[in-house]
Amino acid sequence: MTNYIKLIALGLITLFALIAANYARDLAYLVNALTVALVAGGLFLWVLKHTDEPGARGDLSGEYMDGVVRAGVVATALWGVVGFLAGTFIAFQLAFPELNFEWAQGYANFGRLRPLHTSAVIFAFAGNALIATSFYVVQRTCAARLWGGNLAWFVFWGYQLVIVLAATGYLLGATQSKEYAEPEWYVDWWLTIVWLAYLAVFVGTIVKRREPHIYVANWFYLAFIITIAMLHVVNNLSIPVSIWGSKSVQVFSGVQDAMVQWWYGHNAVGFLLTAGFLGMMYYFVPKQAERPVFSYKLSIIHFWALIFLYIWAGPHHLHYTALPDWASTLGMVFSVVLWMPSWGGMINGLMTLSGAWDKLRTDPIIRMMVISIGFYGMSTFEGPMMSIRAVNSLSHYTDWTIGHVHSGALGWNGMITFGALYFLVPKLWNRERLYSLSLVSWHFWLATIGIILYAAAMWVTGIMEGLMWREVDANGFLVNSFADTVAAKFPMYVVRGLGGVMYLSGALIMCYNLWMTVKRSPAARAASSTVPAE
Amino acid sequence: MAKKPKQDKQEVSTTGHTWDGIEEFDNPLPRWWLWVFYATIVWGIWYVIAYPAWPLVNGATAGYKGWSTRGQLEERMTEADAANAEINAKLASAELTEIPDDPELNAYAVSAGGAVFRTWCAQCHGSGAAGVQAGGYPNLLDDDWLWGGTLDDIHYTIANGIRNDEDPDARWSQMPAFGDILDSESIDRVVNYVMSFSGEPRDAAAASAGEEIFLNNCAACHGDAGGGDIYQGAPNLADAIWLYGGEYETIRETVTNARFGIMPPMGGADLSEAETRAVAVYVHQLGGGM
Repeated sequence: MTNYIKLIALGLITLFALIAANYARDLAYLVNALTVALVAGGLFLWVLKHTDEPGARGDLSGEYMDGVVRAGVVATALWGVVGFLAGTFIAFQLAFPELNFEWAQGYANFGRLRPLHTSAVIFAFAGNALIATSFYVVQRTCAARLWGGNLAWFVFWGYQLVIVLAATGYLLGATQSKEYAEPEWYVDWWLTIVWLAYLAVFVGTIVKRREPHIYVANWFYLAFIITIAMLHVVNNLSIPVSIWGSKSVQVFSGVQDAMVQWWYGHNAVGFLLTAGFLGMMYYFVPKQAERPVFSYKLSIIHFWALIFLYIWAGPHHLHYTALPDWASTLGMVFSVVLWMPSWGGMINGLMTLSGAWDKLRTDPIIRMMVISIGFYGMSTFEGPMMSIRAVNSLSHYTDWTIGHVHSGALGWNGMITFGALYFLVPKLWNRERLYSLSLVSWHFWLATIGIILYAAAMWVTGIMEGLMWREVDANGFLVNSFADTVAAKFPMYVVRGLGGVMYLSGALIMCYNLWMTVKRSPAARAASSTVPAE
Repeated sequence: MAKKPKQDKQEVSTTGHTWDGIEEFDNPLPRWWLWVFYATIVWGIWYVIAYPAWPLVNGATAGYKGWSTRGQLEERMTEADAANAEINAKLASAELTEIPDDPELNAYAVSAGGAVFRTWCAQCHGSGAAGVQAGGYPNLLDDDWLWGGTLDDIHYTIANGIRNDEDPDARWSQMPAFGDILDSESIDRVVNYVMSFSGEPRDAAAASAGEEIFLNNCAACHGDAGGGDIYQGAPNLADAIWLYGGEYETIRETVTNARFGIMPPMGGADLSEAETRAVAVYVHQLGGGM
């Protein structure tokens, strides 16, 4: 019966998408409509082929749903490489403008590729990492199979569709011009549906848990899912110019729009890249270290403090702009007070290793997790510092900001994700161990040196740029032209690109290692049943 | 909170919960963490009293320090203006051509003019003032001047611009597009002739055949010997300095379609008389001033 409903829905979507493609007013919309028609049509045929087949095998409620996590792990690794590659390429485009090829103008120049890079790493790489690990963690810590049957698969594939529509849209020029929220209205609507399904799967699993308490990792994951839903909907409130075109007009305008955008933008960092990844840390660090979490009290206090404070910090992105001073003050104060709540996660992560420090020598995965927590601590100190108006007046609009973001993204988000992937792959594919620990070490060093080159280069150019912009002579006149500052940054831009190459190489080594783990490592005994941990 | 002396790790009990093998110690909050957290909160409370913070019905609390971003900017601008008020007045009223002879005034004008140049002029002329040939933006370092290189000439050009619609006093001239006037062969000849002023033509026979065409069509503005005319902004064609480029193809493009380079008055800015004079002095002393 449900299959017939599915067939009707898919048929209608295919038909509508084809009509939309026919009336399309711009190329991005046309390509996106054809993509949707292709996906919906393909699914229609697939469902049709499998209708009237005997139902799925027996009762699965005693078994974890790991297929979708495996798919998520593959997607995370693949999108990671795509995102790092795009980032490395645009880093070299900035150093060598000739790489903005004449024949690719309008498609592959820096302006088009930059949102492709940011979305690929934040939403495709980090987003998939969060969805995959949250599905894994919530099942293990609730001793329950994912709620909602195949809804988890809908979340996974629906999310990949968001990524593909957004990415092709960027290259063809569909953008709202809002940083980290570039996808146009129809992609936003689709992401809302997918995200609510994600929330339903996650909450449903927590509700039917067989453990008395909800583990701290799940608090963080849940906070991330709920807040991203709210941020996404409010920041993307827009009215399409036509239902047959990609362009839309924002509901907010002027400084209100800027404020909503940075309320969103900062909390995408706060809840996706911080809270969500803290959830990841709270599961994988104690598991890999085989040590209890350092302090339950600290986890409660820093969780609520972080959640309460983070949401107010956005205005620090708009210091010295048309934003009223009072809003800018509040953003700055909340950012500074946020320092210790952020460090609560660092303390809990690092101190969990006390009694297991020797593993740093023997286990490159633990090393990866530790350096990730180290970068987390550094970035969450740097962030509040840069939010102080006096510091911000120097750092704003310079490469220092780019360096700050990347020490967080490459160091914290990237490294903890790599650690989680190294942990997950042997478990998910029933392998005794990883294919090669020495390759993990290679990955670790390449990535670490890459990050240091990147971050150090951006600190140097950022501070240099800020100082050059404000440098005045004895009579109070500015000394440098803007072009002088751009020219002065060249050597550091090359260093930054090299850092990117190293980080990308590390990720490629990881992909090879994980692939060989699945292919070559000896099988382990299967243990995928949902047993409460007492 | 953390009253007890620090316990040995082994003695701390767990909370008794277990999830997938993960337990949690019942450790207290680290003291230093808690105190720094309290300290930031206390600082935050002070800060929102001292600075503009609490939104009210009409506006927001101003904070007891009376600080604002606009106030800060105004204060600094006033300071800078006050510091230079005297010398600015002197610069605006002095006889323009005598500025270079007054060491103090000249040094100030070069410093101020350089800042104006790097902000408003560098986009076209380059931050080092060497121009950009591909865009037809003249090099200001040489002694070849389209509209004259005396201080007065430069000042007039900066103040009013060239071929713009904003300023009725802008310098103005227009070269006809000879693609509509001459046939292809004649254009080829005249281009070769123009090249022979300063170097080797591509085709010597064509060049000699081009002389008459040049005298009939071009010499009125560019002069019989191609020396140009600063009163019409007609470039000197004999000095091997090219505004758009001296290769055959580029000159042919110039002759066929003509050029129409525009400069906005005061580089598009709203400069004061002192600033306009300062940037004129700056450009004049770059090396090419006459």
